[in-house]
Amino acid sequence: MRTEFVNTLVELAEVDKRILLLTGDLGFMALEPFSDRFPDRFVNVGVAEQNMVGIATGLAESGFVPFVYSIATFASLRPYEFIRNGPVLHHSKVRIVGVGGGFEYGSAGITHHGLEDVGVMRVQPGLAVIVPADPQQTATALRASWNRPGPIYYRIGKDNDIIVPGLNGRFEFGKVEVVREGSDLLLIAMGSLASEAVDAADELSVDGIDCTVAVVASLNPPPTADLLALISEFSIVFTAEGHYVTGGVGSMVCETVAEHGLACRVVRVGVRSPSKGLTGSRGYLRKIHGLNGVSLAQTVRREAQQAVKSPGIPLTTHGLRTNEIA
Amino acid sequence: MSVGMENSDFAFQIRRIVLEQSMRSRVGHIGSALSIADVIAALYADVLRIPDPDDSDRDRFVLCKGHAALALYAALYLKGWITDSELDTYCGEGSLLGVHPEHSLRGIDFCTGSLGHGLSMGVGAAFACKMQGSDRRVFALLSDAECNEGALWEAAMFAAHHRLTNLVAIVDLNGQQALGYTRDVIDLAPMGERWRSFGWDVHHVDGHEPAEVTATIEGLDPASGRPHLLIANTVFGRGVSFMESRIEWHYLPMSDAEYSRAMNEIGAPT
Repeated sequence: MRTEFVNTLVELAEVDKRILLLTGDLGFMALEPFSDRFPDRFVNVGVAEQNMVGIATGLAESGFVPFVYSIATFASLRPYEFIRNGPVLHHSKVRIVGVGGGFEYGSAGITHHGLEDVGVMRVQPGLAVIVPADPQQTATALRASWNRPGPIYYRIGKDNDIIVPGLNGRFEFGKVEVVREGSDLLLIAMGSLASEAVDAADELSVDGIDCTVAVVASLNPPPTADLLALISEFSIVFTAEGHYVTGGVGSMVCETVAEHGLACRVVRVGVRSPSKGLTGSRGYLRKIHGLNGVSLAQTVRREAQQAVKSPGIPLTTHGLRTNEIA
Repeated sequence: MSVGMENSDFAFQIRRIVLEQSMRSRVGHIGSALSIADVIAALYADVLRIPDPDDSDRDRFVLCKGHAALALYAALYLKGWITDSELDTYCGEGSLLGVHPEHSLRGIDFCTGSLGHGLSMGVGAAFACKMQGSDRRVFALLSDAECNEGALWEAAMFAAHHRLTNLVAIVDLNGQQALGYTRDVIDLAPMGERWRSFGWDVHHVDGHEPAEVTATIEGLDPASGRPHLLIANTVFGRGVSFMESRIEWHYLPMSDAEYSRAMNEIGAPT
């Protein structure tokens, strides 16, 4: 995704000279298309993320549109207060790019796993949070959003190998994209976990369970209207994210369900606790945290069966659609 | 109102307003505001090129030690950029004039109040001038205890590396912080050597002599290739004897009797 991101940024920078790219000394074999094309608009600020955000705030005050780039944890958590008191309070066009949320930096270890970045960013009013699900959507999302007023946090996947079937690069700010329609239950995924959700839906369809899969790439402000329309069709919804279960898309769905009094159970699938030192590839870590397609499908089967056995809310025997309940 | 006003008179008016507004609002941070009154007077009476606070090519000012904002509000008032009635809202309900400055107020370039944050924004603003080929300058007024903050030194390194000669930082070296004297909390000596070793062009001035502050800034050599640092030797609470160098006046508001005495001492009897 970051290849698409940087290539798209170069396209945009060709036509808008306000765009700058700052990095906290990261982006080897990634940022060169920009730094080679615009050496005077590219700054390696050194290993100093707080200062990078502070500088970007000063640059934005003078009319620039600075993008600041680092690994998701370093882009969000280290300079968090500088983001709050800088771009957020000044409502300035600073774009914070956090690369590799979730387990994308798998074997790099826990310091490099972005597991709460969306949660902390989402609580800031006026800070748009955008989490594309695959490379095509990354390009569309950047083109559609980069010049919005106010600051933006982009959580961009590291790798380019993930394609979400049915997404076809669609993105609209403040909207949810449905990539698969099914009548039994709803899966809502954030970021690159969308591809795992589609895998789970494929597996569940073999069992005769038809899932709707929705991709939420626009998280702040929450896409409330689209979520309400979708969720109100179902009595159980599963959320999936490469993030702690608190603060991300699962929490956002719970907030939406509770605030609007929807009769729907929410099962949040995300990271419940750190890996206790265990490391491995993205695939391995997703597996042990129950986040790959196979594990997601297992969770869906287990929870759906329990829901049928002892429903907290009325359910039909097989289906879980509220609109089939008389 | 500032036209033709001597900068010593400007400083006197800042002190008068600081005491009046602190008394009216019963808010503290008086000692910190009195500490920078003369530096603020030099900047706003003489140094800053701000034909209008909305002019995009004006000089920028960052009050990194945001807790002394009342001295800055006084200067904005004396320049005619905020009115009597706005000034009288200081720390009131629905006011834009809080203890720490908010950029929604005309004349305030950056929100500050979190120590260690301001310099990096000032560095960004100075870097922007260079990129835009503008000759505008950026001034940042720091507290000495603020130099405890690591992020401040990130900004200092960047400014020196990028040879931001259009940046002037001023450290208000009054030797105090909220709970004690800096020499007892985190000793900052030798302040000048620290900044010099980070690549800055360092000057020492009497922070209570506005003319000296102005002359030093006017004499800075852009050919030095380095960002500039003025170490302003100051006395916390300067002008009010019972506040001078006293830790408690970081936070305390004044009683009626203390107010009368303070106003008498600065030469503005009530």
